Amino acid sequence: MSETQLIFQLSHPGRSATSQAPKALAEDKLSAIPAHLRRKEKPGLPEVSEMQVVRHYTNLSAKNFAIDKQFYPLGSCTMKYNPRGANRAAMLPGFLNRHPLAPESHSQGFLSCMFELQNFLKEVTGMKGVSLAPMAGAQGEFAGVAMIRAYHDARGDDQRTEILIPNAAHGTNPATAVMCGYKVREVPVGPDGDVDLEALKAACGPQTAGLMMTNPSTCGVFERQIEDIAKAVHEAGGLLYYDGANLNAILGKVRPGDMGFDVIHMNLHKTFATPHGGGGPGAGPVGVSERLLPYLPTPMAGQRDDGSYHWIDTDTLDTSIGHLSAFMGNAGVLLRAYFYARSLGREGMIRVGEFSTLAANYLLKRLEAVGCTAAYPDRRASHEFILTFAKEAKELGVTAMDIAKRLLDYNQHAPTTYFPLLVPECFLIEPTETESKEALDEFVEAMAAILEEARNEPDRVKEAPFTQPVRRLDDVKAARELDLTWSE
Amino acid sequence: MPYIPHTPDDVRAMLVAIGADSIEDLFDEIPAHLKAAGKLDALPEGLSEMEVTRLMSKRAAQDAGAVSFIGAGAYQHHIPAAVWEIATRGEFYTAYTPYQAEASQGTLQVIYEFQTLMTRLTGMDVSNASVYDGASGLAEAVLMSLRANRKSKSRKVLVPTALNPRYTSATRAIVENQDVALEMVEFDAAGGQTPLEMLKPYEGEDFAALVISQPNFFGSLEEVDALTDWAHANKMLVIGVVNPTSLALLTPPGEWGTEGADIVVGEGQPLGVPLSSGGPYFGFMCCKQKHVRQMPGRIIGRTVDMEGKQGFTLTLQAREQHIRRSKATSNICTNQGLAMTAATIYTSLLGPDGLGNVAAHCHANTQALADKLTAIDGVERAFTAPTFHEVVLTLPKPADQVLAALAEKDVLGGVSLAKDYDMASAILVNATEVHSEGDLDLFAAALKEVLA
Repeated sequence: MSETQLIFQLSHPGRSATSQAPKALAEDKLSAIPAHLRRKEKPGLPEVSEMQVVRHYTNLSAKNFAIDKQFYPLGSCTMKYNPRGANRAAMLPGFLNRHPLAPESHSQGFLSCMFELQNFLKEVTGMKGVSLAPMAGAQGEFAGVAMIRAYHDARGDDQRTEILIPNAAHGTNPATAVMCGYKVREVPVGPDGDVDLEALKAACGPQTAGLMMTNPSTCGVFERQIEDIAKAVHEAGGLLYYDGANLNAILGKVRPGDMGFDVIHMNLHKTFATPHGGGGPGAGPVGVSERLLPYLPTPMAGQRDDGSYHWIDTDTLDTSIGHLSAFMGNAGVLLRAYFYARSLGREGMIRVGEFSTLAANYLLKRLEAVGCTAAYPDRRASHEFILTFAKEAKELGVTAMDIAKRLLDYNQHAPTTYFPLLVPECFLIEPTETESKEALDEFVEAMAAILEEARNEPDRVKEAPFTQPVRRLDDVKAARELDLTWSE
Repeated sequence: MPYIPHTPDDVRAMLVAIGADSIEDLFDEIPAHLKAAGKLDALPEGLSEMEVTRLMSKRAAQDAGAVSFIGAGAYQHHIPAAVWEIATRGEFYTAYTPYQAEASQGTLQVIYEFQTLMTRLTGMDVSNASVYDGASGLAEAVLMSLRANRKSKSRKVLVPTALNPRYTSATRAIVENQDVALEMVEFDAAGGQTPLEMLKPYEGEDFAALVISQPNFFGSLEEVDALTDWAHANKMLVIGVVNPTSLALLTPPGEWGTEGADIVVGEGQPLGVPLSSGGPYFGFMCCKQKHVRQMPGRIIGRTVDMEGKQGFTLTLQAREQHIRRSKATSNICTNQGLAMTAATIYTSLLGPDGLGNVAAHCHANTQALADKLTAIDGVERAFTAPTFHEVVLTLPKPADQVLAALAEKDVLGGVSLAKDYDMASAILVNATEVHSEGDLDLFAAALKEVLA
């Protein structure tokens, strides 16, 4: 594929997509703006035709892998099919043109969807209240830990300065704890993928504000001691935070509320099939147990006795941790999740956990059979699992990164690599429930072929990819000689 | 089974390969008493695409039909058809964060172009790949200013009361956990601006930054040059909060005062993103080159591959949570990629003249609207300062009451300032290029009736 020019390189002075802007106005229409506040030169935006723009960005799109094109088994990212019907429904003119500050009289349709979505999420998680306000998983984490802090503060319990986090956790967990003003204490994970319970108990104390954990964990296994962990943290006076990144694994099978968690966030762009959009937007609703209800972020949707819907905001919930954005979060993402929830219904929700787990366990067994090494061979996979290529790295000089890049040549997106940090040379693989058995089999065949190459012609793997728009990139040059904007 | 492809034969073959008798066996590590069986009864039955579409179409239609003059941080603009037709192509819509650079050159180049577009609009050196929205972007900018201002030890930032109150409250909710305080600067009640004299009480005091909103929440234009120079003379950084449409006409923050603003954030929604009940929008964030390592969020750099060919990749990742964990500049991971993609396409389609014409029509239509409304007895402009595309009007009756009566006529006549500013009879109204002369007349006629 040829090198695509930048949109700025297509620019010619005086060219424009004329039909897309209103006509120029006489200068006197701007006379109310003082001259010294006016821009001296017009901004250096591209001057291009409408078709040039359409062709340029269409050609750029072709340089992406995407779920609509390839198997995309990124662990902990839940790259399942994004129903097109959800997109069309969220883009209905009535939803698209509704101003976030429109009065309730002109918002009943939207509010009814949000109110029902809150209830669906409460039901599938077993929590007592849900706010849809956080705009992504990390903001949901922030809201969750901020509520833990608000809870302790309201009780005058100001000695709690620490959040406990297993060392297998996502990087957002420790970063979030710090954003909420806490210190982080890491807790080790044992050789079987479960948290080291004795170390956890030793770490708990009067300084413990809470514990953040994912279950199934990022090791791709269900944390079997979850009730003992909950007991230890609660006895020390701390609260339990559930990172919902892996909720897909247990949807309809186990509920975080029943496991003893006090607060959870959900990634609707994972579990509820809304698109990842090349890095966002997401939506990270939070659910809470009884004692954190007063602190939920606003606004939320409520229902009156007469059946009409209204906003719940800080004027009536003054204990809330407040607003996390200018309005009410990523409404369009929430509408897509609402579509998905209505389309799945009760039976469909239960199937998500079942079939994502079936796919992961099948893929794990098949990959082991062609010579891959599981990190936790004696455990059931959850909806994802870890392979380690430490042996290949040592004996053949072929790393997990090399295998990941070679997979691209086989038209398979690479799994998550080098995460969690505690397993060397690892892949975290999550196939999701929406991939057919044939797609999983193709991935197995690609992996078998690459392992064969690693033994017989390792350079094919070490120098991959060969078929992508670019070969491996010079990241060191990118960081040392910063080139972050185009200049002519 | 919606979206699940497995046939009974597939399931049997997969279970055989696993060595399990049933799918339920795969959950045997979960304590039996924790299982959720029978606990999802409050969920409704699943529906077909046709049925859900019918249901949601009805609800969407319930909210449609009014003519709106509400702005206050989110604005109606014409969005070219090409913008979302391209942005929702599966290759953009269903791609992940571009961690595998070789298989993500499309998204990566779009972000690099976006970064360039934003620096050209703002007059700043560098941009990141977006944050959640304008309000949370300001919170990130406040935290960033504490890290970047080496001359200050303060954990306080000066914020104008004339800033969008939703930005203030979101910023407060996000930064207060780190013991960062916002000190509120009053506005001039006649002008509706934040003149230098309001800053005099803080002269010589230690603050990490001064926030300047251009235009401010009232639509008023601030004297940004004087404010910027004052902040720098007092060893504060300047955080500009700007509307991207207005930048086609107004001095870019990179050129404010002698040295320009240090950090610039804003709501990107006006650049091709629909109102959509408040999101997904995207926040943009730009800064001076020397502060780039303090910037949160993803940043894309141009580099070469092993054959010397141009390519794009995530760079300066040592700032981010997936590498630095508790030492990261922010916890942000997922951002607003797709809305940013739409904005890149929108801005390219409009170009400098097109965006300038949009900005000019917004300004002229708002002036015309204000003229028509102030022709009604008892309706007056609340402030004397020049405005961009919003204006505050005072009414002879309580604003909340008037707005409710207008809504009954399907005219959404702006937002009331009763709650946030204790101005019980004041409304903030906005018009953009989408409003026709007829729309403005409709508003004026409806208001006249309501006030009669």
